[in-house]
Amino acid sequence: MTLKIVVTAKQVIDPETPTSAFGIDSNAVTVPSNQSPVINGFDEQAIEAALRLKEASGDAHITVVSVGSGFALDVIKKPLAMGADELILLDDPAFDNAIDPTVTVAALAAAIRKIGDVDVVLAGRQASDWDNAQVPIGVAEALGWPVATVAKKVDINGTTLRVERVLPDGHEVVEADLPAVVTVSNELGTPRYPNMRGIMAARRVQPTVWSAADLDLAIGSLSPAFELVSLSKPQSGVETEMITGDDDEDAGRKLAQRLRDERII
Amino acid sequence: MADGNGILVIGEMAGNEPASTTLEALAAGLSLLASLPGEKLSVVLAGASTAAAAQVAIAHGAQTAYTIEDASLADPAPEAVVAAAQEAVRQASPRIVLGSKTILGRDVLPRLAFRLGTALAQDCTAVAIDDAKRLLATRPVYGGNAVATVACVSDIAVAALRAKSIDAGEPDSSRTGEVVALSVDLASAVRVRPVDRVEQTAEGIRLEDARVVISGGRGLGGPEPFKELGKLAALLGGAVGASRAACDAGWVPSSYQVGLTGKTVTPELYIAVGISGASQHMAGCSNSRTIVAINKDAGANIFKDARFGVAGDWQKVLPAFMEQLQELLG
Ligand SMILES: Cc1cc2nc3c(=O)[nH]c(=O)nc-3n(C[C@H](O)[C@H](O)[C@H](O)COP(=O)(O)OP(=O)(O)OC[C@H]3O[C@@H](n4cnc5c(N)ncnc54)[C@H](O)[C@@H]3O)c2cc1C
Repeated sequence: MTLKIVVTAKQVIDPETPTSAFGIDSNAVTVPSNQSPVINGFDEQAIEAALRLKEASGDAHITVVSVGSGFALDVIKKPLAMGADELILLDDPAFDNAIDPTVTVAALAAAIRKIGDVDVVLAGRQASDWDNAQVPIGVAEALGWPVATVAKKVDINGTTLRVERVLPDGHEVVEADLPAVVTVSNELGTPRYPNMRGIMAARRVQPTVWSAADLDLAIGSLSPAFELVSLSKPQSGVETEMITGDDDEDAGRKLAQRLRDERII
Repeated sequence: MADGNGILVIGEMAGNEPASTTLEALAAGLSLLASLPGEKLSVVLAGASTAAAAQVAIAHGAQTAYTIEDASLADPAPEAVVAAAQEAVRQASPRIVLGSKTILGRDVLPRLAFRLGTALAQDCTAVAIDDAKRLLATRPVYGGNAVATVACVSDIAVAALRAKSIDAGEPDSSRTGEVVALSVDLASAVRVRPVDRVEQTAEGIRLEDARVVISGGRGLGGPEPFKELGKLAALLGGAVGASRAACDAGWVPSSYQVGLTGKTVTPELYIAVGISGASQHMAGCSNSRTIVAINKDAGANIFKDARFGVAGDWQKVLPAFMEQLQELLG
C-alpha cells in the first residue's frame, strides 16, 4: 500500500529580510520588490520529514499543497525539486487572506478530502508571517484527525504514527492512529538542498491548480474570526549607549565599569 | 458578538498552584471586565488537586472556578484539557476565552478555538474591548517586524496571551467565589498517546528563572566559546542561552534557545554575544530589564534594542570584560 503523504507549504516574505526593510502600506506588510519570497522555513522541514518517511517506507507519494494567490512558480516548485511527487496550488483571490486562518483551514481540509485516502499531513509548526501556529491544528479539527505538534522526528509503523515532540527541556514521544496531522519544527534538521536532477525534473512538472469552485467551497458562507484594525511598526523605546575604548579590550573593561557604576552588576 | 456572560480563563497548573501565566490571564480578564459591566470572570483548572488553586484564582478575581480533578491531570495531555475547557465553556457560555501561549496553551487553545467555531488570536501582548464590545487583540506579527491589532468578530473570541506581557495582579483574600466541579470523560478525549519522555535539563539555574542570562549566537563560531559564556554566567550567578542559529548548528542543545519559538526570558541583565538581534530572537528577551550587546558589526539590529553596546570582536572584548568584572566583584 502506498503511503499517501500531504505536505502543506506556504509562500512567505523572507523572514531574514532586515528589519529596516519591512514597511507597511495600506494595512499590509511590504518588503522591497526585488526581495524574492521563500517557502516558509518550517514547511521545508515538513517536506524533509516527508522525504525521510518516503525513504523509510519505500512506497510513498508526496503531494504538496499550498494556499494563496500570486504564487512565484520558481519558489513554490522547490518542494518538487527536493523530491516531492506532486504540487497542488489552491489559487483563488478568495484565499488571499493573511489575517484569518478560517479560510485557509477550510481550503486545505477540502483539498485533502478531494485528494482522498491521505494517511498523514505534515505541516510546518508555524508560518513566519503571522506566526499563528494554528492552521494545521484547524485542519486536523476539520477532518476529525489527531494532531501531534512541534515534531523533531516522525515515524510511521503500519497504521501507527510515532512522533518525538520538542519540549523546552527535552522531548516527548507520542503515538496516534493514522490518519493524522503532524507539525514539524526546525529541530528535525536542515532540509536537503535540491540537486540538479531534482531541479530539472521539477521544471517539467506543472502544478495542478484548484480554485474555490473546484473545491466546492462557498467562501462567502464562512464566518470570519477577525477583522484587521491596524498594523504598525513596533517602537523601540531604548536609547543605546555605545561603549568605546582605545581598542576592543579597553571597551570590554569600560563596559564592566559602566555596568558596575549603574549598579547593574 | 454574543451578549453577556463575561470571560473564561483557561487555567494552567504549576504543581498545586495556578501557573503565573494564569494569574496574568486573570489580571487581563479583570481589566477587560471594566468595559463589560455586570459580567463575570471565571476560570477552569484541570489538575491532580485543584482545591487550593481554585482559592488562589478566586483571590485573583475569579468569581467562579470550574475544577476537574484526576490523577492523569498532574501532567495533562492537551486533548484532556481541551475537553475540560469545552465543558467549562458550555457551562459558563462566555463571550471571551483567555489563555496563555505556553507549551500547553499552544496545543490547547487553537484546538479549542476551532471547536468553538472560531480561530485563535495568537500570542497577544495586549487586549482591550472596543465600543461594539468586541475583543481587540494586539500582537506582534512577522516575527516582531510589525504589530497588528485585530478585532474578534465571531460569536465567541479566543485569545492566547504572551507570557510576561501583562502583570499578574495582587491577590485579595476578601474576594469570594464559587467552586464548581466538572465531570468530563478525559480518557476518551486523548488520541495522541504519550509513550515516553526524555528530559534534557541543564545543570545550574534554569534559563527561565535566571536573573542574568548570557546568550551566544552564530558569531561565536563553534561550541567551545559557550564554555566562556558559562564562566561568565557562573561569575554573575546566571544561565547561558543561545540564538536559534547556534542551536541549529548543534553547538548547544535546543533547550538553550531564546526567542519566538524558544524560551521567553525576562532577566535583570541579558548579555547577547555574537547575536545579530533578529526580531524572532528579540521576541524572547526584549522584556529584559537591561540588554547588553557585543557584536563586531556596528550596524547590527541588536544595538537598536540594547541599553549598552560594544561594537567589537567578542574574542577580545569578552576576556577583558570578564577580567575587569572579576576585579570589581572582588
Ligand atoms: C518563524 C521563525 C522563528 C524563529 N525563532 C527564533 C528563536 O526562537 N530564536 C532565535 O534566536 N531565532 C529564531 N529565528 C531565527 C532568526 O530569524 C535568526 O535567523 C537567528 O536569530 C540568527 O541567529 P544569530 O543572531 O546567532 O545569527 P546571525 O544573524 O548570523 O548573527 C551573527 C552575528 O554575530 C556577529 N559576529 C560574528 N563574528 C563576531 C565576532 N567575532 N565578534 C562579535 N560579533 C560577531 C555578526 O556581526 C552577526 O551580527 C526564527 C526564525 C523564524 C523565521
